Amino acid sequence: MSAYLIKRILFMIPLLLGITIICFFVMHLAPGKPTDLQIQMNPKASTEMKERLMSMYELDKPIHVQYWSWLKKIGRGDLGTSFSSDHRPVSDKIRERLPITILINLLSLIIIIAVAVPIGVLSAVHQDSLFDKVTAVFVFIGFAVPTFWLALLMMIFFGIQLGWLPISGLRSLNYEYLSTWGQLLDLAKHLILPVFISAFGGLAGLSRYMRANMLEVIRQDYILTARAKGLSERQVIYKHALRNALLPVITILGLSIPGLIGGSVIFETIFAIPGMGQLFYMSVLARDYPTVMGILLIGAVLTLVGNLIADASYAVADPRIRIS
Amino acid sequence: MTFWEMFYKNKLALTGCGIVILLFAVSLLAPVIAPYDPGAIDLKNILAPPSAEHWFGTDQLGRDVLSRMIWGARISLKVGFVATGLAILIGMILGAVAGYYGGWIDAVIMRFVDIMLCFPTFFLILAVIAFLEPSIWNIMIVIGLTGWMGVTRLVRADFISLRERDFVRAARSIGANDARIIFIHILPNALASILVTATLGIAGAILTESALSFLGIGVQPPTPSWGNILTAGKDNIDIAWWLSLYPGLAILITVVGYNLLGEGIRDASDPRLKR
Repeated sequence: MSAYLIKRILFMIPLLLGITIICFFVMHLAPGKPTDLQIQMNPKASTEMKERLMSMYELDKPIHVQYWSWLKKIGRGDLGTSFSSDHRPVSDKIRERLPITILINLLSLIIIIAVAVPIGVLSAVHQDSLFDKVTAVFVFIGFAVPTFWLALLMMIFFGIQLGWLPISGLRSLNYEYLSTWGQLLDLAKHLILPVFISAFGGLAGLSRYMRANMLEVIRQDYILTARAKGLSERQVIYKHALRNALLPVITILGLSIPGLIGGSVIFETIFAIPGMGQLFYMSVLARDYPTVMGILLIGAVLTLVGNLIADASYAVADPRIRIS
Repeated sequence: MTFWEMFYKNKLALTGCGIVILLFAVSLLAPVIAPYDPGAIDLKNILAPPSAEHWFGTDQLGRDVLSRMIWGARISLKVGFVATGLAILIGMILGAVAGYYGGWIDAVIMRFVDIMLCFPTFFLILAVIAFLEPSIWNIMIVIGLTGWMGVTRLVRADFISLRERDFVRAARSIGANDARIIFIHILPNALASILVTATLGIAGAILTESALSFLGIGVQPPTPSWGNILTAGKDNIDIAWWLSLYPGLAILITVVGYNLLGEGIRDASDPRLKR
């Protein structure tokens, strides 16, 4: 087991190298430079100043030299300094924004599991029932709905028409004056729509997957055995079948992490949530190379670690595939 | 039953097919059926709610939303087909080579698939498109270049199960070279599953394009696309619900159409479902 884990972790290194090389080269070879913006803003900017800026950001060196110096910094745990006007270390900028993105993604993962698993199980156990058919329609629509559109509709309905929920940011203006409970409630209110939107995309996929899994497990011999020895239907379904049908879900959850992280760009931008997705969006528009590279790296690491945890827990949960 | 008989009996698949045909017709006939010029600015009619003159209302420059949506259908169609076409082409070739040759070639290609699969692709697309000029061609190419992994896996699996069949051996024994065996003999057998993935892929590409345009780094105004009309919807969210509702509904119906069509093709070509 530990040998397997070490092998997997070592395998992540070339993967990360590959990903960062692709991103770095595409970004730097694209037309336009981050200095363009600063120079356009300043009518007095001279060619000389442009060159000074370029050399300050080391943009005048050949691209492979730039990548190498970026990589050396990463090796020391330094993500570099942001090109934006605040000139803060990228790691600080990411560190203050990462928790909220992880919180929202974790909450939506929990919701996805809590809702999709029962739906999948029930529609498999009662195959072709009305419930099964209704959920099939919902799942189908769920696959096709653009989540950012759903977000807009919910903002219009719950935020503007009914006025129940706030539609942007994480805190109300009077946040400072609320009691601790009031602050928590305020935060929760601000999180309802973003978490729902972020969970929505995964719901359809997982419930459908769960249904297919359950249908397959129910037809296995060991379920027949369980029935033959006189167990109640409840025990057969919820003890014997469910456990086995749940196993592959672990892998699916691991695979869904890139989608969740990618989705955070969309919902954080829509709901004006100061998380990593929003930072990424703003840095991309500002051509803030170090911040963009930093977030891509963190995003890739998070995804890989998520997959690793998924695979490792699969091996723990299912003795049949334990790797010797 | 033949493929067509199965397909005709499937009402959902026919509905999907109908939606797709309708979209084609709307895109082709856009200049004829659009009630207004999609770029015609009417400053006296800014953000007018839906009415008899403007069925879906007007936007922040007084342009007719329905006409912009009709022209926007062209963008969706183009992006869907070109991006998916590119993804299919790459996926087909890599999958065929990996499945046919096996060994280290297979290992290298499948590792590469793994890399691409475990990366937040949307981040990559966003970064690449924002750094290149955001044009419709760049969007199509980048969506295509990041969407071929599923096809590769599928085609590879088909090739592995087909490469030792008798008809392949027969072809080899009469001296057919590898390229001929791959493209003339084996590939046609995998076409049904490729077609299904392609249809579902078009739906995915349309969703990605609309999300990019919504974020302002996809199709650039004044060119109308469903995604960038929704951006205007977000900017005017408290006063103009029609800017948010209709374009999204168009995306939803389009994606449902392609998905129904894809599943219909899958069911009709699945021998296990034939009676």
